[in-house]
Amino acid sequence: MQQEVVLAMLAKEPSQGSQLRFRLDRALGPLGEAINDGQIYVTLGRLEKVGLITRQLAGASSADRKVYELTPAGQERVTEWLSEVSWPKPDLAEFHLKLIAAAAAGLADPIGIVDMQRRELLRRLREVERAAMAEPDHSDAGLLLEGIALRLQADLRWLEACERIWTDRRSK
Amino acid sequence: MGESEKALVRARGLRKEYGSGEGLVRAVDAVDLEVARGETLSIMGPSGCGKSTLLHLLGGLDRPSAGELWMAGRRVDRLSERALARLRRYEVGFVFQAYHLMDELTAQENVELPALLAGRSPGEARRRARQLLDQVGLAARADHLPSALSGGQRQRVAIARALANEPQLVLADEPTGNLDSTATLEVLRLFEALHAAGLTLVIVTHDERIAATADRLISMRDGAFVDETHLAGGTRGNLADLAGLGG
Repeated sequence: MQQEVVLAMLAKEPSQGSQLRFRLDRALGPLGEAINDGQIYVTLGRLEKVGLITRQLAGASSADRKVYELTPAGQERVTEWLSEVSWPKPDLAEFHLKLIAAAAAGLADPIGIVDMQRRELLRRLREVERAAMAEPDHSDAGLLLEGIALRLQADLRWLEACERIWTDRRSK
Repeated sequence: MGESEKALVRARGLRKEYGSGEGLVRAVDAVDLEVARGETLSIMGPSGCGKSTLLHLLGGLDRPSAGELWMAGRRVDRLSERALARLRRYEVGFVFQAYHLMDELTAQENVELPALLAGRSPGEARRRARQLLDQVGLAARADHLPSALSGGQRQRVAIARALANEPQLVLADEPTGNLDSTATLEVLRLFEALHAAGLTLVIVTHDERIAATADRLISMRDGAFVDETHLAGGTRGNLADLAGLGG
């Protein structure tokens, strides 16, 4: 997980680790399960080491009473991060080349490869839609799930185009 | 259990043709299909692929040009008009993209209508409609005209109406085609509840997101089935990986 995510989750107010966890779970819904507490605390340790956050003990001295707070450098890093334009790359070239290579070498049927990929994406889409159905209306996690579903849908439409073109080529 | 008992719907060599000679169109071309009781099946394909025509054949809204169609072990492609009308009324519920509600009737009256046409008493029809509107979360809107309801609410009224005579089979043609994503989820949740209650559902759609919610997906092109995917059982993939949170 990106350090900036944890950092930004502290921007609202100084917080305990358990409060961070709660915010992440609310934003991510079922996807939050992928982030374990250990990862959060390791990230907090790193951020403290590089001076982006400080840690203080609040009240009783039990382990989870630690409160984390952004330093001025941490604030600055969050502001920077929010203004950065970054977007995950659609990594389609590998699959595209797989089809080209399969057809060129005659080792496999490109349409068979497309079908296999299509089935897998449909199963993933089913899982995402089911997770979305389980979310209350207008939840933060629901919005994320919709984004994932739309991406899968776009990929499925591209696979349909692949299937059409490779079918035409085969019949020539 | 015999094959015919397990399958609620069974089609063999089902065809629907329009026109003749040069102008012959095979809207449905030799389709073989079995739909198991309690199954949710989606049929996906581009517009004009014959999926709506196939749905109409399955529901007895239209007659095949050739082939055999069986429902609950009974051959139905050769039924008289009268018997076909009974089949549509008692055994099949329809849900359409454009809702097809009666504009001048309230939600309650729209849902009562099929039960009244089936000869139930007004009191019985009323009770049943109340119960169904409650089931689709619209008890408080029972006295609204369709024009006073949102698209998602209208479609839920239409689903309640489809259930009025306790059909074994619900056929839905682009049921979320006019709906936004929130209303689409409402309809999908409702379908899931019907599925859980044991109803058999066939959904025709061009939308991958709707199609993927079914147990099984059939792809259709030029009147014929070209691919079939069993979706139930899930994937080894992790939901979180899809969001870029893995690792």
